[in-house]
Amino acid sequence: MAQIAWIIPLLPFAAFVAIGLGARRSAQLSAGLTILGVTGALVLSVLVFVETLSGTRVDQSYPWIPLPGGSAFPVGFQVDPLTVIMLVVASSVSFLVQIYSTGYMHGDKGYARYYANMALFTASMLGLVLANNLLTIYIFWELVGLCSYLLIGHWHERPEAAAAAKKAFLVTRFGDFGFLVGILFLYAHTGTFEFSALIHLAESGGIPDSVMTVGMLLVFCGAVGKSAQFPLHVWLPDAMEGPTPVSALIHAATMVAAGVYLMARTSPILEHSALAMAVVATIGGFTAIFAATMGLVTPDIKRVLAYSTVSQLGYMMLAIGVGATSAGMFHLFNHAFFKALLFLGAGSVIHLVNTNDIFAMGGLQRWRPITYLTMLFASLSLAGIPPFSGFWSKDEILVATANHDTGLYLVAMVTVFLTAFYMFRVIFVTFTGSYRGPHPEHLEEHHEPPAMTIPLLILVVPTIISGLWGSPWLGNAFAVFLEGHPVETVFRPDVAVVSTLLAVAGIGIAWQMYGNGRLTAGAQMTARFAPIYRLLMDRYHLDHLYGWLAGQVMVGIGWLASRFDHAVIDGIVNGIGHVAVAAGRGLRQVQSGQVQTYALLLFVGVLTLALVAAVWR
Amino acid sequence: MPTAAPPIYPIALQHGLVLGAALFAIGMAGALTKRNAITVLMCVELMLNGVIVTFVSFARHAASTDLAGQVFSIFIMTVAAAEAAVGLAIVIAVHRVRNTVQVDEVQSMQG
Repeated sequence: MAQIAWIIPLLPFAAFVAIGLGARRSAQLSAGLTILGVTGALVLSVLVFVETLSGTRVDQSYPWIPLPGGSAFPVGFQVDPLTVIMLVVASSVSFLVQIYSTGYMHGDKGYARYYANMALFTASMLGLVLANNLLTIYIFWELVGLCSYLLIGHWHERPEAAAAAKKAFLVTRFGDFGFLVGILFLYAHTGTFEFSALIHLAESGGIPDSVMTVGMLLVFCGAVGKSAQFPLHVWLPDAMEGPTPVSALIHAATMVAAGVYLMARTSPILEHSALAMAVVATIGGFTAIFAATMGLVTPDIKRVLAYSTVSQLGYMMLAIGVGATSAGMFHLFNHAFFKALLFLGAGSVIHLVNTNDIFAMGGLQRWRPITYLTMLFASLSLAGIPPFSGFWSKDEILVATANHDTGLYLVAMVTVFLTAFYMFRVIFVTFTGSYRGPHPEHLEEHHEPPAMTIPLLILVVPTIISGLWGSPWLGNAFAVFLEGHPVETVFRPDVAVVSTLLAVAGIGIAWQMYGNGRLTAGAQMTARFAPIYRLLMDRYHLDHLYGWLAGQVMVGIGWLASRFDHAVIDGIVNGIGHVAVAAGRGLRQVQSGQVQTYALLLFVGVLTLALVAAVWR
Repeated sequence: MPTAAPPIYPIALQHGLVLGAALFAIGMAGALTKRNAITVLMCVELMLNGVIVTFVSFARHAASTDLAGQVFSIFIMTVAAAEAAVGLAIVIAVHRVRNTVQVDEVQSMQG
């Protein structure tokens, strides 16, 4: 089965093609085809996963574009623990999101288009994780970026959605440029795109340190863009303009994790460059706390989750930067499920009250008890409360960081507290107290389709238990599977106790401030720390700065270039023409039509020549 | 064989050259200043005659058996005759069209 793993992305891709070729006329058929394709991908992914558990590995390359000299640009796929973990995450979350979407997107006029894009996205994401070389991964990398653009802009009639889609595409492209340069840079110095060959070269000392550092930092640029790390994190909160299931699949579980996956895939090379490692760890740690602070004040439920995603992706980068790749991947694995659950739960309440503003909700546990409970579990997991999944992976990251760098460890610990606080602020404001929005009678009449409830219930299972896979009770089975050799247990009781206490403190303070409809304490805090509040609400003015850079500085440079073009370049070309015209206008005076003048000039000329000849001699 | 009596007024080379130059200059001045096309043609004939005198003077002065100077003179006379015929024909044609033979009034060929 693993030998033909390349067939997995083709199933959803076939659904995409079928919808595009005509199935789009029927909304039900489009949804059915996508769900069928994704189900097929899920089944095959699980089969490949099981096969890999027993030790099967595949790494196949085929020549694609022949090059002069006998070599060729390769295309290929590989199956190893890293790949199959991502395959299972991507296909299972995608499957649940497609089911959920039948309820959430019901009646949308772009229903078939939505499912076509979702199918294409799933296919691209599965292709991305199967790729065995940088060139192939780059193709899928850009494809998922395209799908992200199309799906954020699904409601493109809304100017905010169109602008958010454009912003997401441009900002990630900004990082992708660095990625492409990095791929070509590594190819120029090693002559190969393949991960296995690059890793082999790096381990045998076949790549100079400087090349590895520069190449990996350029590759990291792509990961920074895709995984919304500082300073390219600005697109992800805006991407929440897209439909909520899209946010759950693309902007929480899969595509944004692709950057982390890429760094994990190349981590054997990264580990040979201390500088690149330090950069990755610092960017990751800083992003984790930076995004968490912005999540503290945002009133938009989806944006809080977006900042949380950015922050958690920062944790994963931090883990890879301190050399704990398996911890980072473990957090990616757990995070995908509980964050998808949080987003789908948010979709459930948005579907109910038709707003994203948590202060216009309140007391929703009465109407959506299942959503409340499932989101509560997911939030406990996110906050890192044992024994939920998030606790185990976050703890591994904290331990790895503590053994590596005290400064980053403190940052990560503070972020644990902030995470618990902002997440439970959302939970308490949304679900406890009493309803503050308009039309409370509407809530009674609103019934949620089971297609939206069941995925929440399914996702609760991994949210609670997926962490056990990497827990010390099972001997860190996750890391053993990923690394392919026994690893020492990294559990440290002191770290676990401190982080749990910080998380509990965060939840407790959130309860004191926001529990049971208490909002005055929050308002007082806002008033007392108004400058900080404004700074956080304005996202540290970074969006303004980028807007100014793009809108004023770049346009100014463009204006200067345009002036230079008009004045100098066009000036030279036009000047040549003007000189020729002026010379002609001057010289035509000589051509007077007076034959006697010509004769006189002729005479004078001959005389002059004769004189010159006489004198010359 | 009686020897030839020496000439009373020997005609030296410079006499012929001065005459030729004078004829050429007079013709030149007339060709450049006269407005009547017929007069201009006549002045051109004058310039050609100045050239002929110069050729013949040099030929005589060289006193060789080479007759190049005399042959050139004959050629110039022939060309002058042809030129007069063509020139007069052009003048008549211009007169028919323009109703004038004043050279300064015929100046449509200008830039």
